[in-house]
Amino acid sequence: MAALDRPVVKPRPVYLNLFAIRLPLPGFVSILHRASGALLFLIGIPLLLCVAQRAYGSADGWAQVRGAFANPLVKLLAIVLAWAYLHHLLAGIRHVIMDLHIGIELPAARQSAALVFVLAILLTIVVAVRLW
Amino acid sequence: MVTPSRVVVGAHYGWRDWLSQRVTAVVMALYTLLVGVLLLWHGGLDYAAWKGTLDSQMFRLATFIFMASLLWHAWVGVRNITMDYLKPPALRLCVEVGVIAALVAYAGWTIQILWGHG
Repeated sequence: MAALDRPVVKPRPVYLNLFAIRLPLPGFVSILHRASGALLFLIGIPLLLCVAQRAYGSADGWAQVRGAFANPLVKLLAIVLAWAYLHHLLAGIRHVIMDLHIGIELPAARQSAALVFVLAILLTIVVAVRLW
Repeated sequence: MVTPSRVVVGAHYGWRDWLSQRVTAVVMALYTLLVGVLLLWHGGLDYAAWKGTLDSQMFRLATFIFMASLLWHAWVGVRNITMDYLKPPALRLCVEVGVIAALVAYAGWTIQILWGHG
């Protein structure tokens, strides 16, 4: 067989321009699931342990932790982490429901992705209002 | 053929990871619900009320099971990320060893917080 008969081999690997990709909503919720998980691992877990140790240790520690939340930057961090936890939890529930073959058709999947995205933000706003 | 990257990522963990990721997630969701109910029950963040709850052995055990689930869940999730984005086997192995070390340390720290006060 002549070489010309074969299809042209594309150069691999393909480098994708991440900023040129428009993700569909389920894809957007999915990458935020991953990003929020990474954030919870990198900052959430060590911070949770630090705060738990201080707060559970003594009434003074508890008061110190509560006092730290007066700082707007601490509030902001807490709100970001609350969003990460809520988005990760809700996207995870959607994931498990889809594992049960519920809502896997495209329109339903888009609707549930939108629901997860909006609900996580609304619940985060509730937390933010309680904090402020 | 067994390539070096194949040796690092291992094999046959797919089903176990898939299941453990979901079981640990359900455990954490239930604990989250429990804490939410307690938050309403205690009417907020009162030290004496929460100290009383945390001093009960049952709640400590529940908290420990939550933390164990969290750390295991984090391992499966973080390794999914390293497998996707870190291609050089040596780099991936180093990061994964670091992650495991951190998770084991967090487990020890959790036990110290829960039962260290006597």
